[in-house]
Amino acid sequence: MPRGPRKIEKAKDFKGSILKLFKELKSFRVLITIGLVLAALGSILSIMAPNRLSDLIDEISKGLVVNTENLETISNNVQDSFKEEKIENVIRNVLNIEINENTITEIMASSEITENEKLEFQKFLNSVNLDNQQTILTNLSLLPNSVLKILFKESIYENIKVSSYDKIQLLSIITSMKNGNMKDINLSDTLANIFFNEIKIDDVKISPIDEAKFVNIMSTVNKDDEITSIYSKIDEMPESIQKVTEPIMNIKKIKNIVILLVILYLLSALFTYIQSISMTIVSNNFAKKLRTNITKKINKLPLKYFDKNQTGDILSRVTNDVDTIAQSMNQSFASIVSSLTLFFGTIIMMFITNWLMAITAILASLIGFIFMFKILSKSQKYFFQRQKYLGDINGHIEEVYSGLNVVKVYNGKKVACDKFDILNEKVFNANRKSQFLSGLMMPMMNFIGNFGYVAVCIVGALLTMNGYITFGVIVAFITYVRLFTSPLSQIGQAMTSLQTIAASSERVFEFLDEEEMSNQKEITKILDKDKVKGNIEFENVQFTYDGNDKPTIKNFNAKIKAGQKVAIVGPTGAGKTTMVNLLMKFYEINKGDIKIDDISTKKLTRENIHNLFTMVLQDTWLFEGTIKENIIYNRENISDENVKNVCKIVGIDHFIKTLPNGYNSKLSDNDNVSAGQRQLLTIARAMLSDTPFLILDEATSNVDTRTEELVQNAMDKLTKNKTSFIIAHRLSTIKNADLILVMKDGDIIESGNHKELISKKGFYSELYNSQFEV
Amino acid sequence: MIKLFKNLKKIDLFYIVIAFILIVGQVFLDLKMPDYMSEITKLVQTEGSLMKDILANGGYMLLCAFGSLVCAIITGYIIANISARFSKNVRKKLFNKVLDLSTTEINDFSTSSLITRTTNDITQLQMFIAMGLQLLIKSPLTAIWAVTKILNKSWEWSSLTLIAVVIILTTISILLSIVLPKFKIIQKLIDKINNITRENLNGIRVIRAFNAEKYQEKKFEETNENLTKTLLFNQKAFAIMQPVMYLVMYFLTLSIYIVGIVLIKNSLMADKISVFGDMIVFSSYAMQVIMSFLMLAMIFMMLPRANVSASRINEVIDKDITIKNGKLKEGNLDKVGTVEFKNVYFKYPDAEEYILEDISFKVERGETVAFIGSTGSGKSTLINLIPRFYDVTSGEILVDGVNVKDYDMQYLYNKLGYVPQKAILFNNSVKENIIYGDNGKEKTNEVIKKAIEISQSKEFVEKMENNEDSMISQRGTNVSGGQKQRLAIARAIAREPEIYIFDDSFSALDYKTDSKLRHELKKYTKDATSLIVAQRIGTIMNADKIIVLDKGKCVGIGKHKELLKTCEVYKQIALSQLSKEELEDA
Repeated sequence: MPRGPRKIEKAKDFKGSILKLFKELKSFRVLITIGLVLAALGSILSIMAPNRLSDLIDEISKGLVVNTENLETISNNVQDSFKEEKIENVIRNVLNIEINENTITEIMASSEITENEKLEFQKFLNSVNLDNQQTILTNLSLLPNSVLKILFKESIYENIKVSSYDKIQLLSIITSMKNGNMKDINLSDTLANIFFNEIKIDDVKISPIDEAKFVNIMSTVNKDDEITSIYSKIDEMPESIQKVTEPIMNIKKIKNIVILLVILYLLSALFTYIQSISMTIVSNNFAKKLRTNITKKINKLPLKYFDKNQTGDILSRVTNDVDTIAQSMNQSFASIVSSLTLFFGTIIMMFITNWLMAITAILASLIGFIFMFKILSKSQKYFFQRQKYLGDINGHIEEVYSGLNVVKVYNGKKVACDKFDILNEKVFNANRKSQFLSGLMMPMMNFIGNFGYVAVCIVGALLTMNGYITFGVIVAFITYVRLFTSPLSQIGQAMTSLQTIAASSERVFEFLDEEEMSNQKEITKILDKDKVKGNIEFENVQFTYDGNDKPTIKNFNAKIKAGQKVAIVGPTGAGKTTMVNLLMKFYEINKGDIKIDDISTKKLTRENIHNLFTMVLQDTWLFEGTIKENIIYNRENISDENVKNVCKIVGIDHFIKTLPNGYNSKLSDNDNVSAGQRQLLTIARAMLSDTPFLILDEATSNVDTRTEELVQNAMDKLTKNKTSFIIAHRLSTIKNADLILVMKDGDIIESGNHKELISKKGFYSELYNSQFEV
Repeated sequence: MIKLFKNLKKIDLFYIVIAFILIVGQVFLDLKMPDYMSEITKLVQTEGSLMKDILANGGYMLLCAFGSLVCAIITGYIIANISARFSKNVRKKLFNKVLDLSTTEINDFSTSSLITRTTNDITQLQMFIAMGLQLLIKSPLTAIWAVTKILNKSWEWSSLTLIAVVIILTTISILLSIVLPKFKIIQKLIDKINNITRENLNGIRVIRAFNAEKYQEKKFEETNENLTKTLLFNQKAFAIMQPVMYLVMYFLTLSIYIVGIVLIKNSLMADKISVFGDMIVFSSYAMQVIMSFLMLAMIFMMLPRANVSASRINEVIDKDITIKNGKLKEGNLDKVGTVEFKNVYFKYPDAEEYILEDISFKVERGETVAFIGSTGSGKSTLINLIPRFYDVTSGEILVDGVNVKDYDMQYLYNKLGYVPQKAILFNNSVKENIIYGDNGKEKTNEVIKKAIEISQSKEFVEKMENNEDSMISQRGTNVSGGQKQRLAIARAIAREPEIYIFDDSFSALDYKTDSKLRHELKKYTKDATSLIVAQRIGTIMNADKIIVLDKGKCVGIGKHKELLKTCEVYKQIALSQLSKEELEDA
């Protein structure tokens, strides 16, 4: 399927990334080897095929030329029979002219002969010397047929009855031959029998009559006639001669070539198929493996990684980059191998077939390619430009659409449109340039192909005419030129693919090579959830986020007794959420210690700590799935009754029941579950856990205050005997906490319960009272 | 799709005609070449041909090839221009249309869908035109022309070619019918992979807190497995395409030769050479025919996708705009700064129930009016009716004594300073963000400074690298939520409007900043009217008028103290936030 233009990216370390990729591909090496070997074999086959095809055409073209050998045999035979001595001999023995008293009287008395003719005969008798055969013959021919008829009496020659007509014809032929006129020699059957003997060629008998016809037809040929007109004469020849002169096609040989070709083609197709299947399996399974590895990696990375990197970036590694690797790998690996094989194979084959033609073909295509690569390298610039401008305009569109209300109400339409027009114009220009240049590729390839064709034909023709090569070689070279030009562009494409693979795999491997969370194999201590009392102690905790100069938590000290409800308040950036993160061991503290029941959290596994806490965050996190699945989440042995119960407690049971599928309704991004309802669902999820500690980080910020109160009451019942931490903006939420820790700039600046803090008139009371100010 | 082509300018049509002529020329030349090829073949075959003739024919052929190249280059240039201009125009048209859409229509489409329509779909279409337009003209032309050239040569060869075409087309259509439905599934699975990964990333704390890593991994693995399976199926099916095409092409050549052998054998000696020449020429034309059918098939593969894009674009362009612009440029001068709701009812077009019912109140110049109520009570909707994001279902809203529907919107907006619930910042400098838009007044540096000061942004803007010239990144990711809100408020202040509209715009500010900001603002804009939606009692308890909403109805209007006594809903809200004593004290 056609795909959109892919971003052209360059890897920072091309070689390194590719080597790394190959290392990762090790487990697929059998399939890859099969694929690559088959790719090479397929190429070799497709190089072999043209030669066989040219043999086939050679064989076919043999069927165009008459069997000259037989033709020569016939004409030699005929010529032998028509030799001068034989003619003399025949004349002497056949004609036996009888000019004597009897015949003269007979002529003179004949009533069929006119007076004039008789006069002529008289003249003849007077002028010739009857002893000289030559002169007799010459002058005889001038006599009218009526006279000759009487002079030539029917006779028997070699058992053949020769009539006077035959004799008259013979006389005229001899005379015209003597005059050098060889045209229209048309022998009667009797004469043919006299002159020619039956001959036998390739088991075909050629009768004297056929030979006479041959002489007749051949006598019509002019010296300057084209070969085609000579061929058309053959079509007029008697059957026996046609049969022996017919062009010979070696059907058996042709059959063999065809069978070989069919096998070659089938094998080659089969190889291609197996090759692409195996590469498909490799690339898809590799992609799958990469995706799995990335997902697993996400769970192994410390949270600090996610502070520095955006979700979109990681997402694009899972989908786009992996997809790019798979797609490009599928196309490029086998393509490189087969193209290279094809390229060098063709060159070798061309030189084996004919070195002169080989040089012609290579030169002809190289000129074109140099030209093309020049154009393409220039066009790169525009592709990058296009990608950049497209990104710019897309960014602008996204921005304007997302803030459309602001754009409208601030009368920003004109500003938006003006910027859009400028960007649009840029995209337009880059678009048409890059489109044009990329469109050049195909016609250029065609032209190079045709140019090679003509060059091969001309040089080939020259060589053929001089007899150096056969026509089949030209045909083979026509295919070679095609085979030779296509791998060059394919290699070019594959190289670009490799670039993209390198760039993408670099990004993927970069992610996979990120430093993971510390190893916990040596930790053997386990705190049992059911036996934990619930004391927590912070001792001089100091923590700095990676990349920050100042510590977010400077020197945090607090002792929290089991069952206390602790609230953490303070302005944004004071480090409230960071405290929670440290408590959950999402981050490792730099200095100091956090102890649970007097055991340092450093000596506990993360999983163990997580087991002790239940946490609800401000950012509601629900996944695509049913409401029930979302509430039960990763816990076993929870009955539907339990689920319903907690939902009733947080007051969302009614709402869920109004949904089309009740508890089995699917949650997705844009449905009618409001932010507040989402928070309530996550609270319900948390309530199902029975853990010694509870953390609520702005858990009810989107719930209206009346509902919040209900939830709070329920929570209070649930959190009885549990140590809980509450972070909230709304101070009303935390007023009844046992201990309020007021944080500012990473330190606790005040602590105590609400009343104590208010009476202190410090930061807390200021914060609290500011909500009543105008 | 055809409808969209109307967006081509006249000059484009002219270019298309030229391109068409050039393509005809190109096809003519391309198909002329085999003639010369056969001539060359014949000359080479027969003894005694003159080198001169071969050179001449070779020269003609090269000329044809070059002519074809020139035609192709010019056509390519024209098509590149047409497609780029087409996409430019449609993009512009779409963008303008979206700017005119009202909130209702935008919600119908969803913003993200509108974005893809303006970006991806248009790129998709452009690609189709760039590749398809040429092929669409060229392939059938080549196919038909080549067919007429070879049709009378021999019916045996022609039927062979026909069989080959049929085989190819059947293979492609069978493949497509198997593979196309799977493509949709693949798209869905890719979305799912994306979703799960996004889930994993966004919920990383929750996942770790629940020790649910394995659970998520298992979920991902299922989809991953599914995706890989489907992809493999599709690609395996497609893998058969190339060998089949290859076989059909080569077997066709082979069959043409085999039939040729019989034909040569049966023909007269004189005709044999020309039959042979025909055979060679026919095989090359037959390849042309097959190739053009392949190209056509490719277009048909691209077509559905382009068509979907086209109809998605059309959907937006054809959308009726429900909110029409009025004509008035000025309100009633006696009533500047007043806002009045008269029996306003509102519901979404297809909804059954009203979101707002029978709302009436009046705000005088310089007054501060607050709206409060629980989630879903309709307070945001109410103030969004003033800038006409939606139009009332019945009743009327008067600004400066004039119905908002009668205003030329530009002039209505000049009166308003609106700060949305979700602060919007643009990828531009802080200053540009503050002076954003146009209100018919010049925004001096002094005004900007003042706006920054009042909105309590001074402190952090001064800490930024280039002060007010510092760049805000896309979607404002380099400033915190509270800072974003303050800059959005500064923008409204710089506009010096008659009427401020704050749609829960103080939620990300801590109490202290919140109260300070409102304090300063009140001092600076004595004459301006303020409409405030808020959740916190503290934010609004000093308003001149508080309007309490409950389930779309107005359940109380008055001052804080009055409402505490008269309005049960208000009292409950207040009590959930402050203690009784505190309420009394204040």
